[in-house]
Amino acid sequence: MAVFGIWLGALLTLCIYSFLYRDNPLYKFAEHVYVGISAGYFVAAEVHNVLLPNLIAPLRSDFGHRFYLLVPGLLGVMVFFAFSRRLNWLLRYPLSFVVGMGAGLTVTAMLSADVMAQVQATALPLNSVNNVLLAGGVLATLVYFFFSAEHKGAVGGVAAAGVWYLMIAFGAAFGYTVMARISLLIGRMQFLLGDWLHLLR
Amino acid sequence: MKKTVPLIITFLAGLYMIVAYFVPHPAVANSAQQMQGWEIIIVAFTLVLGIGNLVQVHYGKVRGRRPGWFHSAALLACLAVMAAIGTVWGVAEGTVYYWLYDNVMAPLSAAMFSLLAFFIASAAYRAFRARNKEATLLLLAAVVIMIGRVPLGPWLWAKLPWVGGHWPHALDQLTQWVMDVPNTAGQRGIKIGAALGAVSMALRMLLGIERSYLTTGGGS
Repeated sequence: MAVFGIWLGALLTLCIYSFLYRDNPLYKFAEHVYVGISAGYFVAAEVHNVLLPNLIAPLRSDFGHRFYLLVPGLLGVMVFFAFSRRLNWLLRYPLSFVVGMGAGLTVTAMLSADVMAQVQATALPLNSVNNVLLAGGVLATLVYFFFSAEHKGAVGGVAAAGVWYLMIAFGAAFGYTVMARISLLIGRMQFLLGDWLHLLR
Repeated sequence: MKKTVPLIITFLAGLYMIVAYFVPHPAVANSAQQMQGWEIIIVAFTLVLGIGNLVQVHYGKVRGRRPGWFHSAALLACLAVMAAIGTVWGVAEGTVYYWLYDNVMAPLSAAMFSLLAFFIASAAYRAFRARNKEATLLLLAAVVIMIGRVPLGPWLWAKLPWVGGHWPHALDQLTQWVMDVPNTAGQRGIKIGAALGAVSMALRMLLGIERSYLTTGGGS
C-alpha cells in the first residue's frame, strides 16, 4: 500500500508539472482531482472536528441540559435555504448572526492587537538611529495611507518616504515567497528522485 | 421583517461581543464564549454553500456533456469519495481518509504551489526591473533577503575578496537590519492601516450602514 501511495503521489506530481510544457488534459485532470479531494477533505474535517464534538455529541449525550444547542443547529440548517428561490431570504438570519459576531470581535480584537499593541511597540525612545527610522517609517507609511489630505508639499514628501518603506516591506515579502516556493520545489524533487526513483541517498 | 430582524441580530450579537470584552464578570464571559461556539457551528454549516455551488457548476457540465465534462466528473467523484470516507470511517491517523490526504492531497498541493517557483522567476523579472527609485528599493530588499536567508549567501559572501575577509558577517547583519527596521516599519504601517479600516467597516456593519451581506433574496 505504501509503494502504491508513492507511485500515486509521483504520477499526480508529474501530471501537475506537465503544465510547464503547456496546458494539457493530464494537468486539468490532476487540477480537478485536487479541487475535489480538497473540498471532500474539508467536509469530513468540519463534520468530525466541529459538528460532531460541538453539536451532535452533546445533544445526543445530554439533551436535557444542552437543548439550547438547537438554536445554532437550527440557524445552521437555515443556511440550506440558500438553494430555495422562494425562501432564500431566510439565509439572512444565520448570516447576520455570524456577521454580527465577527464584527464585534473585529472591533475589540483588532483595536487591541493590531492598533494599540503596534502603536505601543512603535512608541520607542528616540535614542538610536534604528528607533528613529522605525518610528518615522511607521508614521510615513500611515501618512501614505491617509487620503483626507492631498499628497502635496510636506505631506507629499512624508508619503513618498512611506512608499520607500512599503517597497522594502514588499521586497522582503516577495523574497520570502520566492524562497518558500523554491523550498516546496526542492521537497517535490526530493520525493521524486528519492522516495520514488531511489536516485538520492 | 426580512431585513430589519437580521439587522437587529447583527447589532445585538456584535454589541454583546464588545460588552463582553470590557465586562470581566464570569456570566458575561461564559455566555460570550458560548456564543462563539455557536458561531463556529453555523460557519461549519456555511461550507454547504461553497460545496453546493461547486457541485451545481460541475454537475451542470457533466449533465450537458460540455467540454471538459470528464474532468468535472472526476472532481465530483473525488469530492464524494473523500467526504463519504472521512465522514463514515473517521479522519484519524491510519484511516483511508488519512491515506488519501497523505498520498493524493498533500503531493498535489505541494506540486501545485511549487509550480509557482517557475513562474515567479518571470514575475520577479518584471517586478524587479530597476526602472525607478521605488522599484530599485524593492529589488534590493528582495535580493538581500533571498541571498542573506539561505546558507549559500553567507558562504559566497565569505569568499568575496577583501569585503568577505574584513566584514564576514556584514550580509547577515544587513539582512537582519532590513527585516528589523524598514520591513517592520512598513509592515506595521500596513497592519495599523488595515486594522483601522477593518474596525470602521465592522462598525458600519453593526450600525446597519453597510448592508451588502443582506442582498440575498428580496424583501425589505
